[in-house]
Amino acid sequence: MGEAPLLSVSHLSKNFGGVQAMQDVSFDLKEGELLGLIGPNGSGKTTAVNLITGFVRPSEGEIFFQGKNITGMAPHRIVRLGIARTFQMVKPFYQLPAYKNMIIPLYSPRVKDTIGGRYGDRDAVALDLLEEVGFERDAMVAFKPAGALPQGYLKRLELAKAIALNPDLMILDELFSGLSLAEVAGIVPIIEKLRLQGKTIIMIEHRLKELFRIADRVMVLNYGEKIAEGRAEEVMESDSVKKAYLGGE
Amino acid sequence: MEKRKERVDRGIKVRAGSIFALTSWREMLYLAAPRFLPVLAFLCLPLLLGPYWQKVLLSLAVFALLAISWDILAQAGMISLGQALFFGVGAYLSGVMNHSFGWHPLVTMPLAALFGGLICTLCLLPVLRLRGIYFSMVTLIIPLMLVRIVEATKIFGGTEGLTGISPLPSKWIELYLIVIVMLAALFGFRRMLSSDYGLVLKGINDNDRSVINAGINIYWFKAQALFISSAVGAFCGAFMTHVYMFVGMPVFALDYSILPIAAAVVGGPGTLAGATLGACILVPLSELLRGIGGLRIVIYGLALVVFIVALPEGIFHYVQRKYHQFERWVEVA
Amino acid sequence: MFFGTLVYALVNSVILALMAIGFNLTFGISGVANFAYGAMYILSAYVSWMLIHFLGLPFFAAALLSILFTTLLGALMYRFVLLRVRGQALSEVIATFGIGLAILELFRYLGFVGFEYTLPVFIDKSFMIGPAYIDMQRVLIVVLGVLIVAALWVFTHHTSLGLAFRGIAQDERTALTLGIDSDWIATLSVSFGCGLAAVAATIIIPLGSISPGEGYEVLIKALAVCIIGGLGSTGGVIVASFVIGFAERFTDTYISSHWTMIVSLAAILIVLIVKPSGLFGKQKELEERI
Repeated sequence: MGEAPLLSVSHLSKNFGGVQAMQDVSFDLKEGELLGLIGPNGSGKTTAVNLITGFVRPSEGEIFFQGKNITGMAPHRIVRLGIARTFQMVKPFYQLPAYKNMIIPLYSPRVKDTIGGRYGDRDAVALDLLEEVGFERDAMVAFKPAGALPQGYLKRLELAKAIALNPDLMILDELFSGLSLAEVAGIVPIIEKLRLQGKTIIMIEHRLKELFRIADRVMVLNYGEKIAEGRAEEVMESDSVKKAYLGGE
Repeated sequence: MEKRKERVDRGIKVRAGSIFALTSWREMLYLAAPRFLPVLAFLCLPLLLGPYWQKVLLSLAVFALLAISWDILAQAGMISLGQALFFGVGAYLSGVMNHSFGWHPLVTMPLAALFGGLICTLCLLPVLRLRGIYFSMVTLIIPLMLVRIVEATKIFGGTEGLTGISPLPSKWIELYLIVIVMLAALFGFRRMLSSDYGLVLKGINDNDRSVINAGINIYWFKAQALFISSAVGAFCGAFMTHVYMFVGMPVFALDYSILPIAAAVVGGPGTLAGATLGACILVPLSELLRGIGGLRIVIYGLALVVFIVALPEGIFHYVQRKYHQFERWVEVA
Repeated sequence: MFFGTLVYALVNSVILALMAIGFNLTFGISGVANFAYGAMYILSAYVSWMLIHFLGLPFFAAALLSILFTTLLGALMYRFVLLRVRGQALSEVIATFGIGLAILELFRYLGFVGFEYTLPVFIDKSFMIGPAYIDMQRVLIVVLGVLIVAALWVFTHHTSLGLAFRGIAQDERTALTLGIDSDWIATLSVSFGCGLAAVAATIIIPLGSISPGEGYEVLIKALAVCIIGGLGSTGGVIVASFVIGFAERFTDTYISSHWTMIVSLAAILIVLIVKPSGLFGKQKELEERI
């Protein structure tokens, strides 16, 4: 077991034509950790994800994944190296059945060769993966068109799409948003199972109570800067964090 | 009592949709007829038609192929306003190969298709990274510019073009070659598009961010779709060069860009079969309307607008729906 | 000869800029690519012609009416056709393309082709600038062209409507939350674009004659300028017009007129390879969509 961090971000900055979305953010992530990324709206959490996954180029700074410099790499190549993310705004292919939505991730070069190439092979794997995230097999939920599914299932579908890529690092962007407490309770075991499989996870969340139950560490962003990092209880005691969430005196 | 319309699958469709289809000739016929009848028709027509209508059939097959190639691109999210570019490049390639090197048509056609596809794909590669509208703009103006360039620089025969190109061995080979290629393209590409590969292409059109997120290089896939489409278009151009035994500026004409789009839109975009159906309607119609000359294009233009705005599903989808489902009024509970 | 070429290059550049600016405006504001643009250009010229020859109106009245008519037509085109297919790129392109096609080919079919189809020049005079001989119309084109671009700049930077245009162009969602009606702005952008096409036609057509084929030419040129300059950027359009305008004219004089189109095509291909989104293009491909 190496001590080198799985992900290493140093002095990451992004300027969107006048708007400083991220300023000098650095952190390391060890293999197997679950890091919670929190902060008020607009603090740059999604920007951080976009920068790490290559959808946006950083203005400054570097990102290392498994020892490789992935700064500025094309997003599809970063995915192939082993990082998978979910999107905050879930946009499945609405007319397709849920399991057909899984075909595209299963077509990814990262996993394509591990599945058979015959007609229907991907369908079988898709159905298995969906069952693992809680799509009840008997009720044939996976066969329903994605447009007919409630948000809880859509979020799980999004999660399944990321799992399908067999990643080493998963970044989940507001997975719990829009879900009822029961639905969240249904998803948490899936995440814990992923951790048992050795996956490293970053979770961006606003639902702090649920997040703190499962996160090892938490990092707080505000206005694009890192203002705190550490165990959940410690971080929430910090003055700067309280000020960020509740406003200054 | 309020009523609403409800669409229900026909009984025969439900029965034919499962293993029970094998138990009855009726169900098997239901499934096979839409596929076999057109194939049968296309294979028999050359024998039944007189010379004039054989030429129309030839034209129909070529435009159906162009429409199919357009539809493939459209499904991958690229709207081409210039199938004429592919057509013309293929035409000139095979014309020059035959005229200057004396190669046999059966050699020049596949080579023109292959290299035409490569050249067009390479030229359009930079545009693939941009918003879709750039693709439409570039494909529109490049053939029009090429016409003027040929006219001005007089290369490849200039305004007179290259004449004396060898024809295909016989009229029958001509006709059956293009019909068979068309049928092969129709069924082959339909299969491709309904496979997982096709799903990726359609995914790129629908939500490319999602496809990138799956680790797929969307530009590589777009390039593949572009190659397929331009190779098919180039083949059509090469074929027609040998039919007319001539190649010149008219190969880049707007007609070769417009009619395929009209055929696909009228027939129903997204199914390839719709594109073929559209060609089957528009090409003979265009022949029958030959008398009114330029007014035809006006009608195509209007048909394009009417169909894309009011009947976007196209005729094929409508017919398909009627075939599979019936409608009835039910009471609102 | 050099000075003469220089002067005519300037005129050519302004002509190209005038042709492209309407298309660029419409796209830059509302993202609508109006492929009926060339048709609108020619249509306005024919309408002026018909008003002059069938109704006996004086030129300026006819031109004014024609410009208003084309502007209105643009608005109607948006309301009745484009509105229904808004957001679906495939349908927008095909719909405008179909309309443009129908208009141009209709005129061709009805026989509106020939040398008698011209518009009169504004002032029929010519004079010498240094060693170069130039006619008044061309001078007016340059003067009016500069005025129009300047007026547009003032409009988009200092009037509330113009600022609304820019707001929608920069960030539609935010503009919507500020109460700016996207559909209304889109209607205006399409009709303004068509109106600008009509203005350009009024000024430029007197140099030659009206023909349906010219409609395709104008569309090609507008598209070429926009591709090279970058869709949505007025500055890009101006720079690109000058690049192409000068390149074309100098090629014409010093090499041969046959090569002018090649130069334009080569310019497009070079831009596509080096900076595909155009000289001043703001298309950030992926980034802008996150």
